[in-house]
Amino acid sequence: MSREFNEATFGPPSEEWAVVERPLPLLQRLFAHAALRRLLILLALAAAWQGYAVWADNPLMFPSFTETIDAFWTDIRSGVLLIKTGNSLRVLCMGYAIAVAAAALMAGLAMTTRLGDDLLSTLTAMFNPLPAIALLPLALLWFGLGTPSILFVMVHAVLWPLALNAHAGFSGVSDILRMAGRNAGLRGLPFITGILIPAAFPAILTGLKVGWAFAWRTLIAAELVFGVSSRSGGLGWYIFENKNRLETASVFAGLSTVILIGLLVEVLIFRTIERHTVRKWGMLR
Amino acid sequence: MLAQPAGTPVEAARAARGGPVLRVEGATLQYKTHRHLVTATYRVGFDVFAADRFILLGPSGCGKSTLLKAIAGFVKPVEGSISLHDRVVDRPGPDRMMVFQEFDQLLPWKTVRANVAFPMVASRKYGRREALERADHYIGLVNLGKFADTYPHQLSGGMKQRVAIARAMAMEPDILLMDEPFASLDALTRRKMQDELLSLWHQVRCTIVFVTHSIEEAILLGNRILVLSPHPGRVRALLETRRGADGLVPSEDFRALREEIQQMLFGENIVQEGAGI
Repeated sequence: MSREFNEATFGPPSEEWAVVERPLPLLQRLFAHAALRRLLILLALAAAWQGYAVWADNPLMFPSFTETIDAFWTDIRSGVLLIKTGNSLRVLCMGYAIAVAAAALMAGLAMTTRLGDDLLSTLTAMFNPLPAIALLPLALLWFGLGTPSILFVMVHAVLWPLALNAHAGFSGVSDILRMAGRNAGLRGLPFITGILIPAAFPAILTGLKVGWAFAWRTLIAAELVFGVSSRSGGLGWYIFENKNRLETASVFAGLSTVILIGLLVEVLIFRTIERHTVRKWGMLR
Repeated sequence: MLAQPAGTPVEAARAARGGPVLRVEGATLQYKTHRHLVTATYRVGFDVFAADRFILLGPSGCGKSTLLKAIAGFVKPVEGSISLHDRVVDRPGPDRMMVFQEFDQLLPWKTVRANVAFPMVASRKYGRREALERADHYIGLVNLGKFADTYPHQLSGGMKQRVAIARAMAMEPDILLMDEPFASLDALTRRKMQDELLSLWHQVRCTIVFVTHSIEEAILLGNRILVLSPHPGRVRALLETRRGADGLVPSEDFRALREEIQQMLFGENIVQEGAGI
């Protein structure tokens, strides 16, 4: 009976639509890959860059793509770029670690006491609009030229967004999950590590990502300002130095390295963590 | 008489078998909202014995969920006492496992197996290996063997509730507390889960306190039903269901009992509702 109805309404099933599954054309399948689409965009940009630089013919102001690659490769082989990058990353890791520890302390304080909560809200509201780099002059006054000053501004850049995110994450853990944890007999530290941190992990991870981006930018900016006395300058100093020597291609190479490392950390570290945690758990789509 | 008031020979026979598992005496419970101090229950008392399927039944506002939370140790009574095996309940603990109504009671970062094993490991009642073995056994009992390695977000609502039930039962708690565990399910799944819970109980024979606002669910599942009236919650009656050889309440009794409870809760003039279970 239902079959009669079907045929009367829709006619006999046509060959074309009756197939359950059919492979899409090759081009459509290739374009479904985000990586491939992005690569195409990058290639187009590089070609445009090269074309404009050749047409402008002014390597002092605007070196071509190939010249930049050349400078990049030379400085990698001589080790200069690697050493500077290493210096930057070392300071970055130090500052990031200090900031994460401080943020954990702040968020913990805010979780346990109402005064701590108010303190964190007030401090974040005060310091969030203040660019970390604006504190550099003061840091120089207090700590002098050198790593401590950079660490100071970096901690400032990471601490507030991270503490704010972690605190929001902890506050957002549902009562039901808390009760489930306490019902199982968890209290104190095991409760925090077993329930609160994993349940707040999406927010914590966002905080870590935002903090990382702030830290990296602040570090490069701070290194641009000084590095004069310290022989072990970082990437920012490398860019500044090459600008002074009018090695514009190396300036471009330095900038590319900053971008490259930013992307690598985002893709290799944070995306991997995300895939193995919050995405797998269905806490983030 | 279909329903027997408490204090009958049945009670006496129970008392002879040993004291109650759970004793609630004159418990007055209060909680704060943003503006008010609400009295959820007023001097409520009852005993729950081993292998009881004890139902707390009442309309919304009768404090039945608050009562269950108090038994679980999340709420302290302002008056009266709650004791488990003669020990006063003063904090949450794994001897009273709770199954909630909400689907998000499972830990999303753990697989089904790890979720079921989690309280066993966290409470140190069982070693890791034994916990996993027991978890697999109870996951099998709720027919989720194929899903042991999936994460909660991949399960349907009914499956999540089954995992929560397995998690609570695997602990072999002194008492199993269920707070309207089927209320968020669709009607068909709810019927199925009720049958499954009964057959599970016949295998495990655990002591259950079950909160519901559905009269039908109460009669279907419980052997004893505590009827509470609202604002604040007080005991209206303690009823017993009589079951046939098949373990079910005969339909005659079922209808009469339902009518009796409806009268108790809503007074004389009730229009027979087409109540779904």
